[in-house]
Amino acid sequence: MISTAIAPGAESTGPELALPGAWRTGLSRGRLEVVGFFRERQAVVFVFALPAILLVLLGSIFGHDAAGYGVSVGQLFTAGMIAGGIGSTSFQNLGLTISAERERGTLKRLRGTPMPPAAYFIGKIVLVFVCTVAEVVVLIAVGMAFYHLRLPTSAASWWTLAWVFALGTVACSLIGIAMSSLPSSAKNSFPVITLPFLVLQFISGVYVPFTNVPPWLQHIAAIFPLKWMSQGLRSVFLPARAAILEPAHSWQHGATALVLLAWIAAGLVLCLTTFRWRTSRDG
Amino acid sequence: MRTFLTSWKTLKASRADAPDVGHLVDTRCSPSGGAKRRAPAQAELMSNESAIRVRGLRKCYGPLAAVDGIDLDIERGEVFALLGPNGAGKTTTIEILEGFRHRDGGTVAVLGADPAEAGRSWRARIGIVLQLSTEPELTVAEMVGQFAAYYPRPRNPAEVIELVGLGGLERRRAHQLSGGQRRRLDVALGIVGRPDLLFLDEPTTGFDPQARRLFWELIKLLAQDGTTILLTTHYLAEAEALADRVAVLAAGRIAALGDPATLGGRASTGAQVSWDAPDGRQTVQTATPARVVLDLAAGLGGDVPGLTVTRPTLEDVYLDLIGAQR
Repeated sequence: MISTAIAPGAESTGPELALPGAWRTGLSRGRLEVVGFFRERQAVVFVFALPAILLVLLGSIFGHDAAGYGVSVGQLFTAGMIAGGIGSTSFQNLGLTISAERERGTLKRLRGTPMPPAAYFIGKIVLVFVCTVAEVVVLIAVGMAFYHLRLPTSAASWWTLAWVFALGTVACSLIGIAMSSLPSSAKNSFPVITLPFLVLQFISGVYVPFTNVPPWLQHIAAIFPLKWMSQGLRSVFLPARAAILEPAHSWQHGATALVLLAWIAAGLVLCLTTFRWRTSRDG
Repeated sequence: MRTFLTSWKTLKASRADAPDVGHLVDTRCSPSGGAKRRAPAQAELMSNESAIRVRGLRKCYGPLAAVDGIDLDIERGEVFALLGPNGAGKTTTIEILEGFRHRDGGTVAVLGADPAEAGRSWRARIGIVLQLSTEPELTVAEMVGQFAAYYPRPRNPAEVIELVGLGGLERRRAHQLSGGQRRRLDVALGIVGRPDLLFLDEPTTGFDPQARRLFWELIKLLAQDGTTILLTTHYLAEAEALADRVAVLAAGRIAALGDPATLGGRASTGAQVSWDAPDGRQTVQTATPARVVLDLAAGLGGDVPGLTVTRPTLEDVYLDLIGAQR
């Protein structure tokens, strides 16, 4: 058996063999990332299903109060929860899984192979893209089923949905990758990753309508992407005249794009400068 | 103990014969040690045909020198074992050779390249067996197949799974495997890329004796195939069974280096002859055990009851060596 398993002449004296490319390797990693994610019950419930569960719950409790200007609180929650869902499957997903992979040595093991580092990140992009699209679809479906959410009818609204989704996902993913280096162990990932995300969801118009958030907290929320993402999504799913409910009395698309792009730039720099394949204990 | 040690000096052939390169390195654990990293001999080391060539390797953690001037030559096709107590510098050394850790001094060439700077094509030629506690929800076949895809000339994943003894468990998820099975998966991931050089850091820790024997068979097969193997171990029997040569590390230095059968002059130093005499068990230390036995037999006019002739075990030698360094 060994003679067939191991070809003679293990010495690589011949011409340099081509190493597998980053894209092919990355896409095949991505497939297994997705498979692995949906097999892990804890990740599916906590990262993927929780926003939908909370949407049903919060919508049922508060959903029938009218917010005025033809907007139901259910619609407000749906738009905000889609932003929260994007944050969950990108920021929280990557922050938790990468810090766990670093702790258990998965990253170190990969670093010991000729796998191109880019392939690892391509795999994560596939994971985040698949999870986030699925998350948004599920949340829109819940919103339509329970809270009279209507799909956008104008091309402009679809375009807004597309760019808020894309910029928001990329920004949150990069921050998630950068933050994954902070927890010293997987046990610390709750205070470092989950808790700030939870707080941001409360003050960014995800769990609580943004108009109900005290102004000083609104100002803090405005520093981070989540507030802008949920505002952008409200502009997609709420009637145009509901813009008057926003603190700026407008949807602020320009500011939204700028803030998200700034976070993408900052996140990219942080990732490139701080990403570690090993834990700090490994030296 | 001093004399015992001086006899080692002759065994440290690599140290004595080597062109004088890394010894000039500053032995203090000061930041200046780092400045010596690129010793002029690096180019010379890289042109060498050895699988691993190390001169004056040093690594400090704070004021402590974990590795304090190691010289090592491992030939292609050799199975080499690093022995030593915890904290002797085994893992630090092997991780520097794997390119995982930076060194503070000395020169290193692994398959002709400096691991601190080597790229993907170098990584394609080495295999590293790491022990990981938990794994994601992927199956044995998925993981081995995935790792095979990282290499330019991988082994057939199905055959590797069979080879490490995980045949029939292809669809089992990694977290459902027993500890021993998980170790085999670690080995499968380390060898699927068909490495020229395989690193194994305490590969059989936690194995039961039977699993350890099976693992040894696998290593012997890989060695027969021409794979160079560097392993660290706590088990003297493992080093004796597998290694062509062993080095005993103590306090960051090589205390002894040589063939495990003759390490410490095991084959030539005194033997113990013991037998049951009418007034109790007798033991004598002798350099000429055959003569003692012949004299005994002649004196007793035939058989010698309870006769044993023993040499120091590798463990005895090892304990002497690491004791000497403390």
